[in-house]
Amino acid sequence: MISVHLILFLVFGAVAVAGAVNLLAQRHPINSALSLIAVMAALAGEYLLLGAEFVAAVQVIVYAGAVMVLFVFTIMLLNAGVEEHTKGSHVASLFGIPGVLLGSILIAWAVLRNSGTEAVAAGPWINTVSNGRPQDLPGSPETIGPLLFHEFLLPFEITSVLILIAIMGAVVLASKPPSTSSGPAKEAGN
Amino acid sequence: MPIWLYILVSIVKSAIVLLVLLTSVAYTVWLERKVVGHMQNRWGPTRVGPFGLLQPAADGIKFLFKEDLTPPHVYKPLYIAAPMIAVIFALTSIAVIPFGNSIWIAGYEIPFQVTDVNIGLLLILGVTSVGVYGVALAGWSSNNKYSLLGGLRASAQMVSYEISLGLSLVGVLIMSGSFSLRTIVDAQGGHFWGFIPRWNIFHGQIIGFFVYLIAAYAETNRIPFDLPEAETELVAGYHTEYSAMKFAMFFMAEYANMITVACLATLLFLGGWHGPIFGPWLLRAVLPVFWFVAKVFVFLFIYIWVRGTLPRFRYDQLMAFGWKFLLPVALANLIGTAIVAVW
Repeated sequence: MISVHLILFLVFGAVAVAGAVNLLAQRHPINSALSLIAVMAALAGEYLLLGAEFVAAVQVIVYAGAVMVLFVFTIMLLNAGVEEHTKGSHVASLFGIPGVLLGSILIAWAVLRNSGTEAVAAGPWINTVSNGRPQDLPGSPETIGPLLFHEFLLPFEITSVLILIAIMGAVVLASKPPSTSSGPAKEAGN
Repeated sequence: MPIWLYILVSIVKSAIVLLVLLTSVAYTVWLERKVVGHMQNRWGPTRVGPFGLLQPAADGIKFLFKEDLTPPHVYKPLYIAAPMIAVIFALTSIAVIPFGNSIWIAGYEIPFQVTDVNIGLLLILGVTSVGVYGVALAGWSSNNKYSLLGGLRASAQMVSYEISLGLSLVGVLIMSGSFSLRTIVDAQGGHFWGFIPRWNIFHGQIIGFFVYLIAAYAETNRIPFDLPEAETELVAGYHTEYSAMKFAMFFMAEYANMITVACLATLLFLGGWHGPIFGPWLLRAVLPVFWFVAKVFVFLFIYIWVRGTLPRFRYDQLMAFGWKFLLPVALANLIGTAIVAVW
């Protein structure tokens, strides 16, 4: 049944897959970063098609607008140039390509088995967040907000601690190494 | 409303809004040149048309006829794409900005807004976030020290002040309860004590307004935060290597961003299109738009006033201010608003 929904899904999906393949195929890292931005934008489109407009907007703001800016900054500051073209490995092609195909088929089979309205409605998780119907899944900020701060508070806080750890790690790695004048203090601490 | 009619009306609305926006961009440039000129005790454009009003047309013709030089050392795909990215995202956010109430034509209600998305505010924030790429890629693809430094500084500045911008908006969100811009403006209708309008700026968001103002100046790379494009520091920053139409596109993007930010400030803090309404039905439909435009004009005038008055910040002062002062103030505003709202 061809509907606008299906066509848009296929378009966004095609853009996402094309972007991902282009990411691997490009030799200059800046082109790869831009392809990844296209993938993020296509995913935001997919979220919109699912009715999750808040997640779509946040995907654009956080992923495409902040995380990828950071990637692009790094590529610009480190002046990463064109990648060298190494010769491919025959063994990798021999086992890799069939392996990837087999993996994709397995993933597609698992996903298709667990999708569709009956399978989703019978699943364990949906009953906590809706009345048991897939079309009642929360999408608007008014419904996601309470969920985030009541049912899913622990993952939310742990994620923020994780990001804090990453920031602290980056600060420590980027700071100046300790000078030798702090030697006696270190030995006293030991 | 049948779907084909809806699409037709949307196309017509988009065309009108785009036309008005591009004309406003051109005349904002004229306004700036006149106002800054008068502040500096000189006339500004006076010769091309009465009061220099045809100066933007002359500038447009100049840009079209100028030689579009592409230096040989640039990274061509991004060099050409960067101004396009800047302009596209600068012009996109006008789609969710409501200019007034609805007008009834032939029994159909047509709101003065291209589309009312129920996450309108997030969409504008998202578009602003992605607009940083225009600047960063322009600076990098120009393959030039000054451009790279200007581009990186501009992007770092925009990303830093986006946080304070977003936080200043959350205070308004808490008070209005919705991301949809129309709902936020509707929540500011009416008066209290009979004559003070219930605009958010009078209703407790005065700190939010000033945080928004400062963050907006930094987001649009305007004085006092315009180090990335300062002539005395960086030749011309990220648009050094651009000429003719591509430069004009960056120019347009900057002024379109200014207008979008001014529209957002009127919607969120100055009550949008609310103002005295009187008269026959046509006047009643058009007066809200007039009040909206008047408030946007006041905000743009303040922008240009500040441009003519203040010196620019040094880059480290700029970043320290954004992270060490503005962000804590925005957070304090958010916490204060949240506490008062829960009370």
